[in-house]
Amino acid sequence: MFIDPQRCIGCRSCVAACRECSTHKGFSMIFVDYIDRAETTATMPTVCMHCNEPTCAQVCPADAIKQTDDGIVMTALKPRCLDCRNCVNACPFGVPKYNSAMHLQMKCDMCYDRTSEGLKPMCASVCPTGALAFGTYEQIVPLRRTKPVNVHVFGNQKVETRVYLMVPSETEEINVDGCGVFEGRVRADVAGEESWIDTQVEMSDKSNEF
Amino acid sequence: MSKVEHLENIIERFGPHLHDAPWEGWQGDRQIDRVVDTHCPYCGMQCGMKLLVADEHVVGFEPRYDFPVNEGRLCPKGVTAYLQVHHPDRLLHPLIKRNGNFERASWDEAMDLVVSKFKELQDKHGKDSICVYSGSSLTTEKTYLVGKFARLGLGTRYIDYNGRLCMASAGAGNKKAFGIDRVANPWSDIPLAEVLIIAGANCAETFPIINGFLWKQRDNGGVWIVIDPRETATARQGDLHLQLRPGTDVAVTNGMLHVLIKERMIDQAFIDGRTNDWEATRETALKYTPAIASEISGVPTEKIVQAARIYGRAKTGMVMHARGIEHHSNGTENVLSYINLVLATGKIGAAGRGYGTITGQGNGQGGREHGQKADQLPGYRSIENPEHRKYIAGVWGIDESELPEAGISAVEAFEKMRIGEIKGLLSICSNMMVSLPDTNRVRKSLENVEFNVNIDFFMSESSRYADVVLPGTTWSEDEGTTTNGEGRVIKINKAVDPPGEARRDWEILQEIAERMGRGKYFGFSSPREIWDELRVASKGGSADYYGITYEKIDAQDGVFWPCPTLESPGTPRLFEEKFAHPDGRAKFHPIEYKGAEEKPDDEYPLIFTSGRIVHQYLSGNQTRRIKFLVDQCPEPYVEIHPETAHKYSINDGERVKVISRRGEGVFPALIVRTIRPDTIFIPYHWGEQLAANQITNPALDPTSKIPEFKACAARIEKIHSRELPILGQGRRGASQSEVIKGYQL
Repeated sequence: MFIDPQRCIGCRSCVAACRECSTHKGFSMIFVDYIDRAETTATMPTVCMHCNEPTCAQVCPADAIKQTDDGIVMTALKPRCLDCRNCVNACPFGVPKYNSAMHLQMKCDMCYDRTSEGLKPMCASVCPTGALAFGTYEQIVPLRRTKPVNVHVFGNQKVETRVYLMVPSETEEINVDGCGVFEGRVRADVAGEESWIDTQVEMSDKSNEF
Repeated sequence: MSKVEHLENIIERFGPHLHDAPWEGWQGDRQIDRVVDTHCPYCGMQCGMKLLVADEHVVGFEPRYDFPVNEGRLCPKGVTAYLQVHHPDRLLHPLIKRNGNFERASWDEAMDLVVSKFKELQDKHGKDSICVYSGSSLTTEKTYLVGKFARLGLGTRYIDYNGRLCMASAGAGNKKAFGIDRVANPWSDIPLAEVLIIAGANCAETFPIINGFLWKQRDNGGVWIVIDPRETATARQGDLHLQLRPGTDVAVTNGMLHVLIKERMIDQAFIDGRTNDWEATRETALKYTPAIASEISGVPTEKIVQAARIYGRAKTGMVMHARGIEHHSNGTENVLSYINLVLATGKIGAAGRGYGTITGQGNGQGGREHGQKADQLPGYRSIENPEHRKYIAGVWGIDESELPEAGISAVEAFEKMRIGEIKGLLSICSNMMVSLPDTNRVRKSLENVEFNVNIDFFMSESSRYADVVLPGTTWSEDEGTTTNGEGRVIKINKAVDPPGEARRDWEILQEIAERMGRGKYFGFSSPREIWDELRVASKGGSADYYGITYEKIDAQDGVFWPCPTLESPGTPRLFEEKFAHPDGRAKFHPIEYKGAEEKPDDEYPLIFTSGRIVHQYLSGNQTRRIKFLVDQCPEPYVEIHPETAHKYSINDGERVKVISRRGEGVFPALIVRTIRPDTIFIPYHWGEQLAANQITNPALDPTSKIPEFKACAARIEKIHSRELPILGQGRRGASQSEVIKGYQL
């Protein structure tokens, strides 16, 4: 799976389609954010990165989050999930959500019911531009001018993921500093001046709770 | 007189309510009984999709990976389209308005009333006292039948359709320049072009799926030149953005043509061999130096020069445009001025060399070809041409003299209703209270019509004004063809039966015709029978569908018209050898810059422009009921540049009043640097007090009669409102919702 942010048009087709996956029961596991609507129409999708060593699973006291042999990090197992939300808080990408009605952590399982049968996940199936693309590393490299990178550095934590981010070709790893903004894009000068539309989307989507 | 007396009551009963779950809720392990290959009901892309049917209900969708246009891709409207089928707002039985309230009626009762009123009006005021107003989201079979119904069933000359609001100027321009109105190239040519000029087309939001082709072109090393007053997602992603003042396209294109001529980047062999009228066009363009073009358009001189050089030097290239250049009182001229660029460089009629408008409505192409337009008969024939009249009269089995004369365009027809010259209205597949310019005037027209019948499957803002509302069907309850934006005829397949007492639109029209005593012309028992008559009616016309059968559509994943014989595979690319004018040559048109009819002044200093967002489709009658889509953008907003906002002391998110000479509305301000400081923008999908069209100017393009939605003068006023934008409310846990009462958007 590949995320190519420059192609994202902010349509949220992926968010809508995610709900259709039969294991999701109408809940979407994807966020699409405005980067800074006051300045640009740029948007960015966030899906589970499927870490090779998933922090969410590491912090789970009940060992409820399992990784399949092919590296997919699954939603918490219902009988084991303790409602503790450790995973929700620990994930460096902010992906898992907590479903208070079902007492269950929910996250992207790469449409395991589809991908295990050779179908693309819902989000990458519908994405109009290929901002979310499903395939192998070898398939995508000759198709795109951007480069797939899967090493993310969060301060002292280095995370390798099964999902790649398509970035400019000179990039080797993606450095995310402590403030949670991309290096080189620190925007302290406009702090507190983001558009209402950014704030609203963030407040409602990023509550990490259904 | 029909008025909306109990708006709250109507909204409570008929919505829009927000609904967001499949029939019987989200289920993980539902047994699917059948999977129906069909297409999305919305825009001109007509993406392939599969509908999942369980217990005779549409319960979901599955990507249709094998359909070549979209290969499974869908926008959020497409993903959620199936949710409208069993929406609780569906109209399930006929309604008659009594004392201002809609009351349930039987079909017999409703039909009796419709027919007796129509007869009464026609006896008293003549056949032409009734107007039929249709739409291009209907299948081609239905649009053909609507045209025949108006002319033969009612015998009125007054018929027009909402394509008039869509791409009428592109059609007129194409006919003038090329002799035919169809996009010249299939979309599969896009990735083969070195450079794309995308003008007035917010592809990211209005044709999301075309972005797949655009990005393939980019991956091949291609370049995009985007011409748009706003930095849309497409403009942002492009290589060169010409952020022009709304309505100044002609300055930009003439300036570019000037550079092409001066720097010898024109294709003289092509001009000499395949076109007419170059000299006058050349002379006009030479008057527009890049500096003059820049002065008029506000685009920096060097960008105009750069754009001309990129396009001029490339071996292949395509020009694509949409409503942004077409919705103007000089829309046809805008179109012709872009075509001048195409012809001057000879970039047409070959792989990767092409041109075309991107049609907006689902069947915007098919719907404009077969006779629901005021001056048109099937197969793009003209109702004013004696030969054409004779042929169609022959197909319909009538004497040519029985065929009415040409009618008038949409905006003109509604004006005739307002002043009382047209007394009756039958509208189908249209929501005029949202889609026509100058909402306040449209309201007066609808209030002034003596008898008003509306066919729809949801109660639209316009249905509320009707005396009788007849329940029609969604796309999934009938079969038929549509023609997508590239001229590919595709087939919509039926998934389930209509709910309640709802009937298929063609059955409703046939029954009215029958009760009007005209049944012998309307004996169709299926869409296929209508199709077969349409094929014959179009035979020999410029949109020749004769060779297109349902079977061929299935076998070839669609058929590009013209397809004159049963053996013909269709024609994906036009103009490879000749153009469609009698002499086989294309025609240049010298175009002078005029600009918008209403320009900013001291009283109304800003340019107002309207447009669309990705989460709503056209007048929103279908999409403003689907909670997922509404959640993403629950209300229209006004985009204002920070400099302009500062001037009026307007804060981000604050509600402000937007005023033009025609009307006003209150909208939350979205302060963004992506719009020009002299321009403000409101998306148009809402009705009543949220309608952007309260502000727009109904000035018409003299050739195509398309209204000027895209530029008028306006001002903004601070009203010291403390009410915040509603985006974000009720988004949590969005996906499990059922009907939410009392939500009135």
